[in-house]
Amino acid sequence: MRLLTMATAAVMAASPVMADLVFPSLSYRTGPYAANGIPFADGYEDYFTLLNERDGGIGGVAVKVIECETGYNTEKGVECYEATKGEGALVYQPLSTGITYQLIPKATADGIPVHSMGYGRTSAKNGAVFSNIFNYPANYWDGASHAVNHILDENGGDISGKKIALVYHNSAYGKEPIRTLSELSGKHGFELMEVAVDHPGQEQKSQWLQIRQQRPDYVLMWGWGVMNQVAIQEAANIRFPMDKFIGIWWSGSENDVLPAGDGANGYKALTFHNLGKDYPLFDDLQQYVVDAGKAAGAGDQIGTALYNRGMYAAMLAAEAAKTAQAIHGTADITPAMMRDGMEALEITEAKMSELGLPGFGPEFTVSCENHGGNGLGAVAQWDAAAGEWNLITGYEASDQDVIGALVDEDSAAFAAENSITPSCS
Amino acid sequence: MPDQFLFAMEVILNGLMAGVLYALVALGFVLIYKASGIFNYAQGVMALFAALTLVGIMEGQVPFSHLINAIFGTDIHHFGWHVPALLAIAMTMVVMVGLAWAVQKFIFRHLVNQEPILLFMATIGLAFVMEGIGDIMWGAEIKKLDIGLPQGINDWIDVTTFEAFGYGFFIDNLDISATIVAVILVGVLIAFSQYTKQGRALRAVADDHQAALSVGISLNFIWILVWSIAGFVALVAGIMWGAKSGVQFSLSLIALKALPVLMLGGFTSIPGAIVGGLIIGVGEKLFEFLIGPMVGGATENWFAYVLALIFLVFRPQGLFGEKIIERV
Repeated sequence: MRLLTMATAAVMAASPVMADLVFPSLSYRTGPYAANGIPFADGYEDYFTLLNERDGGIGGVAVKVIECETGYNTEKGVECYEATKGEGALVYQPLSTGITYQLIPKATADGIPVHSMGYGRTSAKNGAVFSNIFNYPANYWDGASHAVNHILDENGGDISGKKIALVYHNSAYGKEPIRTLSELSGKHGFELMEVAVDHPGQEQKSQWLQIRQQRPDYVLMWGWGVMNQVAIQEAANIRFPMDKFIGIWWSGSENDVLPAGDGANGYKALTFHNLGKDYPLFDDLQQYVVDAGKAAGAGDQIGTALYNRGMYAAMLAAEAAKTAQAIHGTADITPAMMRDGMEALEITEAKMSELGLPGFGPEFTVSCENHGGNGLGAVAQWDAAAGEWNLITGYEASDQDVIGALVDEDSAAFAAENSITPSCS
Repeated sequence: MPDQFLFAMEVILNGLMAGVLYALVALGFVLIYKASGIFNYAQGVMALFAALTLVGIMEGQVPFSHLINAIFGTDIHHFGWHVPALLAIAMTMVVMVGLAWAVQKFIFRHLVNQEPILLFMATIGLAFVMEGIGDIMWGAEIKKLDIGLPQGINDWIDVTTFEAFGYGFFIDNLDISATIVAVILVGVLIAFSQYTKQGRALRAVADDHQAALSVGISLNFIWILVWSIAGFVALVAGIMWGAKSGVQFSLSLIALKALPVLMLGGFTSIPGAIVGGLIIGVGEKLFEFLIGPMVGGATENWFAYVLALIFLVFRPQGLFGEKIIERV
């Protein structure tokens, strides 16, 4: 790491004045999903501000974050992409599965990488087909498998005959885990009960009456926005045991559990990064960003689940940029070089500790064949009295036997539809 | 009794309760449309704004604190006190009356005698302005709303129905509260319009603006009054919906739930809003229960509109709307 930094600094010293490294932030600070969009956008921007203020940027080149408001609207997201790509954008974090789907062909044609971290098209994990799309460190199918593995762990490895309900947002996002859960249902012998909730999900009485009548042993949730809060409240209303209710990572923020108060106690959510702010990096964030009056928001979101996720996304982008600088021997990297850096990214515990984030996320490596990392994930549980999430498992593997085959099948179909010849040469 | 029959009964009861919540939103639309012929697109945002203001006042939040801090470099967020729920509701109503006055003075007073479509467009603009002001004033984070209303399964109904049928029905205490509030609200609204001077003036304006003006009724006052009442109804709807999901910006989308109710019940009838709400609530829940599993579920949003359209075909003015007579 130190060698890498020195080498980059040496390259920098011999170079002329360079343009900023541009990282667009497709954020949503307005509209129905603003409460979730704000902390993520704050975390994403604050991390880059920290690098600028503390380290002078990445490899000596200042970072410029261009924020563009999408309102979590796919059309606006595409407009943001078109409006910012000419600024030298190195990587896009669309923060929406709908926007990601639209950007897959566009960004690939433009040679700009997209990082859909824990969302988007799951089979983009196959980098031989999706050359510019990355979804490390985990995807929805990993999440489905993590949830089932957790249920297996709680039941001594045998869940045959159990009934597991999936309450999902009736959209491409919400339907993502169904295929995986169907496969896992066949493998482990549990019954899968699908319960769709229409956007936005403010009224879910029918769905939770159905759950009360059918009495599933566990409920999984793929929700977003108001759907999460209402679902958790309705689960509390029917007295569904909260420790049997597991949400995907997009159903696991403080926003989702706080409105239900004590009723949400024990609710579980998956995660691919750690929670809270008990890490050395947060001291630097406080000193160089918040106290210096340079925070993206009011500074009141630091340490929340979604702030941490935004910050983690920025950290992964910055590490990929450093890797790209080292690979190509220049600090002034292009989107194509950034793509190379992302494809060669390696996150180790030693690296995270050096960054002030020991144990903050799983270790993983990216390669051409595998743009999705190792698919590790953990389970967090909400402690309503303390008002905090706690990890109750380590980062554990997903069922790659099932998921790998599904990724191959789906990506092969995409390649055939789009006349792509899979290649990792 | 067979399980499916009991489940259907439970679904119908919950549909009625949900219908009351839809009707609460629809009532605000009806009041303004009846008095001024304006379809108020901003009604959902009014519910959001009212709920945001209520929570902000209850929690002692400093309005516009982010803006104040950004301009003056201060770091103030809270006054440090908590306001009791009833007092906060009263204070919120003062804000909603102020809003009604501002809407009348700065927007609709300048649009008298304009085409209905222009008035409608003005309410769309109003919705976005109010959403923006609400954001700047109180922040975008999700807020817990707790004014002491009970929430969760009603144990008495659960136990009683279990003893009677061998299956305990689920009825949410919050829905029972909403029903009681809605009944009182409708009673008060009807009494107000029938037995008070202002109520009669309001009905006169609703019947014929020109005639009402000719007998000395102030159109300006009546419109401020009706927007204030709609603000109060929005506050009640905001409280009930906000208690379910927390107060957040998606609360404005509850207006979508009111549209089929209005189509079915008519835009000018208070009883129509209630009956329309109940029919939509029961219809969509029963359809989801009976047909939903066969078609993949999530039928409620679109089926409510199908139901409303079926009624529209046979009664374009809605169940209780005034009959449309075009004289040649």
